[in-house]
Amino acid sequence: MGRRRKSAPVPRSIWKRSLSSQVNTSTAKHQNSFVHVEAAEWGRGLSTLARITRMNLRHPWQVTFAIGSTIIAASLQLTIPQLLGRAVDQTQTALGGGAAGAAAEGALWTSALLLLLVSTLRGLFTMCQNYFAESVGHHIGYELRLACYEKIQRLSFSFHDQVHSGDLITIGMLDLEGVRMYFSTALVRSVLLTMLIGIGAYTLISTDPVLGLVALSFVPFVAWRSSVTRLRLRATWLELQERLSVLSRVMEENLGGIRVVRAFAAQAYEMLKFDGASKRALELAHRRVGIRVRNTSAMTFSFFLAMGLVLLVGGNKVNAGDISVGTLATFLTFMTILQMPVRQIGLMVNAFARASTCGSRLFGLLDRDVEIEDAPEAKPLVMDRGTLRFENVSFAYPGSQERPALKNISFEAHKGQTIGIVGPPGSGKSTIAHLIPRFYDVTGGSITLDGHDIRDVTLASLRKAVAVVQQDAFLFTTTIENNIAYGDPWAKEQRIERASESAQLHNYVLGLPSGYDTVVGERGVSLSGGQRQRLTIARTMMLRPSVIVFDDSTAAIDAATEQRIRAATRRFAKERVTIIIAHRLSSLMDADQILFIENGEIVERGTHEELLAMEGRYKALYDLQVRPGDEMLTEAGGGR
Amino acid sequence: MVREDSGELDAETKDVQRPPRAVVGSHRVEEEMFGRAFDKNIVRRIWAFVQPYRMKIYIAVVAVLIFTGSQLVIPLIIRYAIDNGVTPGGLDRTPLLVAAGAFLLAILVNYAASYTQESVVGKVAENVLFDIRRAMFGHLQRVSLSFMDKTEVGRLMSRLQGDVNSMQEFLETSVLAVGDIALLFGIVFVMLWLDFRLGLLTLAVLPILFIVRIFWLPRARKAFMAAHETNSVANGALAEAIHGVRAIQSMDRQQVNFTLYDDKAQANLKTHLTAARYAQIMVPIVDGLTGLAMAVVIVVGGSMVMNGRLDVGVMVAFLFYIQRFFDPIRSLTLQYSVMQRAMASGKRLTDVLDVRIDITDKPDAKVLSPDTDGSVEFRNVTFGYHPDQPVLKDISFRVNPGETVALVGPTGSGKSSAMALVHRFYDVQRGKVLVGGHDVRDLTQESLGRQVAMVLQEPFLFTGTVFENIRYHKLDASREEVIEAAKAVGAHDFIMSLAGGYDAELGERGGNLSLGQRQLISFARALVADSKILVLDEATANIDSYTEMLIQKALVKLLEGRTGLVIAHRLATIRGADRIIVLQAGRIAETGSHDELMARGGLYSRLYNLNYASFDDIPESELEASLQGGSQT
Repeated sequence: MGRRRKSAPVPRSIWKRSLSSQVNTSTAKHQNSFVHVEAAEWGRGLSTLARITRMNLRHPWQVTFAIGSTIIAASLQLTIPQLLGRAVDQTQTALGGGAAGAAAEGALWTSALLLLLVSTLRGLFTMCQNYFAESVGHHIGYELRLACYEKIQRLSFSFHDQVHSGDLITIGMLDLEGVRMYFSTALVRSVLLTMLIGIGAYTLISTDPVLGLVALSFVPFVAWRSSVTRLRLRATWLELQERLSVLSRVMEENLGGIRVVRAFAAQAYEMLKFDGASKRALELAHRRVGIRVRNTSAMTFSFFLAMGLVLLVGGNKVNAGDISVGTLATFLTFMTILQMPVRQIGLMVNAFARASTCGSRLFGLLDRDVEIEDAPEAKPLVMDRGTLRFENVSFAYPGSQERPALKNISFEAHKGQTIGIVGPPGSGKSTIAHLIPRFYDVTGGSITLDGHDIRDVTLASLRKAVAVVQQDAFLFTTTIENNIAYGDPWAKEQRIERASESAQLHNYVLGLPSGYDTVVGERGVSLSGGQRQRLTIARTMMLRPSVIVFDDSTAAIDAATEQRIRAATRRFAKERVTIIIAHRLSSLMDADQILFIENGEIVERGTHEELLAMEGRYKALYDLQVRPGDEMLTEAGGGR
Repeated sequence: MVREDSGELDAETKDVQRPPRAVVGSHRVEEEMFGRAFDKNIVRRIWAFVQPYRMKIYIAVVAVLIFTGSQLVIPLIIRYAIDNGVTPGGLDRTPLLVAAGAFLLAILVNYAASYTQESVVGKVAENVLFDIRRAMFGHLQRVSLSFMDKTEVGRLMSRLQGDVNSMQEFLETSVLAVGDIALLFGIVFVMLWLDFRLGLLTLAVLPILFIVRIFWLPRARKAFMAAHETNSVANGALAEAIHGVRAIQSMDRQQVNFTLYDDKAQANLKTHLTAARYAQIMVPIVDGLTGLAMAVVIVVGGSMVMNGRLDVGVMVAFLFYIQRFFDPIRSLTLQYSVMQRAMASGKRLTDVLDVRIDITDKPDAKVLSPDTDGSVEFRNVTFGYHPDQPVLKDISFRVNPGETVALVGPTGSGKSSAMALVHRFYDVQRGKVLVGGHDVRDLTQESLGRQVAMVLQEPFLFTGTVFENIRYHKLDASREEVIEAAKAVGAHDFIMSLAGGYDAELGERGGNLSLGQRQLISFARALVADSKILVLDEATANIDSYTEMLIQKALVKLLEGRTGLVIAHRLATIRGADRIIVLQAGRIAETGSHDELMARGGLYSRLYNLNYASFDDIPESELEASLQGGSQT
């Protein structure tokens, strides 16, 4: 069984130390412990932008360089038309010949060199502008990524119950992107556009007011159209995304339920559903193209129209001797330079709008209070006696306070004991499992471990002490070995294999071509329900908890294998409190105490024998399960 | 299990920061983002989708060329105006008015062309995109189930979405690329035409750009790819944290994961900064070259003007062209990477479209009439998913109209395969499966499916109301029929207790219902389908006992007046059947009623006497003993 190992294990003490120091700092600061993302003391909308701006300003040097470069680059760009106009005039003068002509010829060289210099410098400063702007954006993106990740990991179950995972992914990927791009596409661009349009307009109008106004006539129109269009495109984009997500849902459900589709020969119907959703999305996509095209064409047209007018009016002015040909050339070049920035006003407005909505969603997540956190005085939990006590525990899920999920639950279990919990679906069995590691906080009564209220100890130590084998557990896309060792990545290989053996998984794994290095999870080998559950059991055993809860976690494992798992973990169970929640009575018949839960209350309790003697609900369930026969059908009529 | 790690430890302690096994979001680079920029076969396949719109494409290309032409003409008009209409103190205003008129004409043409081109291209690209997606989706409806079993839904979805979208980008840019190339050539042509020598001299700066690009491109592309890659790695890790948050919190891995994620986020930051550097370094180079070209025009052109060999207007026109010259070059390089991405996506799309369809209707396939007697017969059927590993070996049996037969046997004995064959999910290798006396291969799949209803082990519900789910594709089923079916299977009561009753919206895949409730709805769905034959794979999962009773009763109702083929796990179901067929390792071990089989004392009676509630609960050891050394599952 000599498996190859690429890297030797790392002394865990060192890692632990660095880890615990992080734990300390994080618990000390509580909110947004790792990354500074600015507080949200202002209102919404504008304040979101202000908050993003403040985040940007936390990189003062880069921001200064970016904005400084922008101003210089814009100024340089504005001198180019003048240099060109001057060169044209010089040529005309040189054409006149004579001494002035000879001087002009020399001046041409100067103009040319200046032009080369200015162009190159402009390029260099534009490079700095873009690079520093991007750099600020990426740094903020990095900070926000970490903040998001950290927050999502810490937010309690009740939050994740309410929020769809797809929405969180959207926030963490798309919204984050919108906020990240704010600096380069909104802020820096607004500086650039203000510079170019402002100074450009000033120069033109001061050179020749009439011609200047003609040349600039397209600016308000284009600025207005481009902003309106961008915002409208944004609105339709959001709607399109919605329609596309309906389409994806249709496709995803079809592919996931392909056997049902085939079983009912419903392909035609499914195509109909697809076409319906597809048509709705396509319509909107076409509408978007229409909006976009109508406006770009109109904007280009208005620009060229203004240019034509400049040519006509300017030409007349040259003829009248008011201005030189060079000045006319300057005007025309100016217009080509202004065309792009004016069009970009729409992009800029859009970037502001995007950053504002994305930012408010993103900060909405980051500002979310973590409901379950360490109490200020929380101490690490040290368990020696190993006693778990529920004292009059009541619990209601947020949003359904009037229908408590648990009422007055009290029981006690000691090290080595097993508690069985059984009851109809929705009776509150899993809720009990989720309260012990504080996935939710009780709304009444208390849960204590060795006499300590679980709300008074640190979460990290509590969750080390209490482990829940979930019903439908998430597997990570990594090797089986890493999955088993997920909670204890320093574990020795032998221990992993032992856990795997106890969970009756080892033989199966050895049968796989790559054994423990087989990748499972979303993109790996797909395991059957029973194999997944066995892997989950192995992974939980690795945690060496003081209290282990099996939350209906053997439903997909056959009874015999389950018995073998129980036998193999007997020694393991001796040192801890075991709680077994199950439908199948054979899973928990041997428990020291069995609780029958109905509607959130304990209605029967006792050992298997005691409960059978009680002739109550437990007995009825037992009769039903252990020897179902023809009687069952007749009984079904007169059942509960 | 002995590890020789004592010696290695010292070397490894350098890497103490990371626990040895911890990973977050292990991203595998199997979907290569960049392929070759041009692949003839893929372009041909994609062209097949564009083909129906080719008239529009031709119109668009013509419009692009006209658009480009009008853009080229505008500086020429300016040149004309300057040379002929604009002279200081000039009196003749006609040339200027002519120029203005020509200008107006040119920009009207420009407007019309750009409008046509952009709207046609935009809409055609959207249409093609939806057509491709439809073709793929339609194809997936027909490919064999073994392909669907092997392929993950997520992967198919990324084909149907991501890959299709990058095709759209490609279609839009490729028409624009035509415009860019036309513009580039147009500018070169016009400059050479205006003044050959000055044009040549100006274009001399181009080779410098190309040489620079030769060095720049491979490095830049690598940097862009790295940035792209680290992005998807970081996003993958985030998605993992979101989906696995409950597992992460219960195993207290937040700290470790955060540190590991930080590595990925840092790598992402670093590669993006590198990519930004590569992208930006070209800006001063292009700007410098533009300045150089303009300087050349001023010095050389200026002296030519002085020698009287060139008009001032031409010089101005040159200056205009130079400013526009580098735009198409820049956007063409951008399109290069779009092309590469599109080819890679196109490859994956055609891979899906090329999945062979194993099961098709014969040209002369018959329609299975609703009046069929509903008998099912297996005649010497041999079948396996791999030709050399038969799952069913020479199986023959007949289910008479109206009879219920239970298929029983240990896992892997071939029960599910037999069931799939009735519906012709797969084709047999030898022998034949007859439904209503017809070989299933001679029937249309559609009509066969209408007469063979199937209830699967895992009930699958769609997003929508309860009503829509029960009715499913039988759109002509009335509300009364649906309610009646629900009452018959005992689902009516719990449906009415839902907020909205039959119009209650089910969550994703019926997530707000229990497994047993979903099962009952899937029964009602089969009842509404009202087919002659019912094939049912009984659920093995543990359902609470009350629902279990409901299900047993519903089953009796469901099988009434139908031919039933049931893969039975519960003893109650098995005993309720008219006849039991015991399968073992792909062969029929024995067959008969419960009492007959019990009397015979064979495999069935031995399994039964083990006293387990379900045959699936029988431990392997006891099973093996019962099979008397028979092949193990």
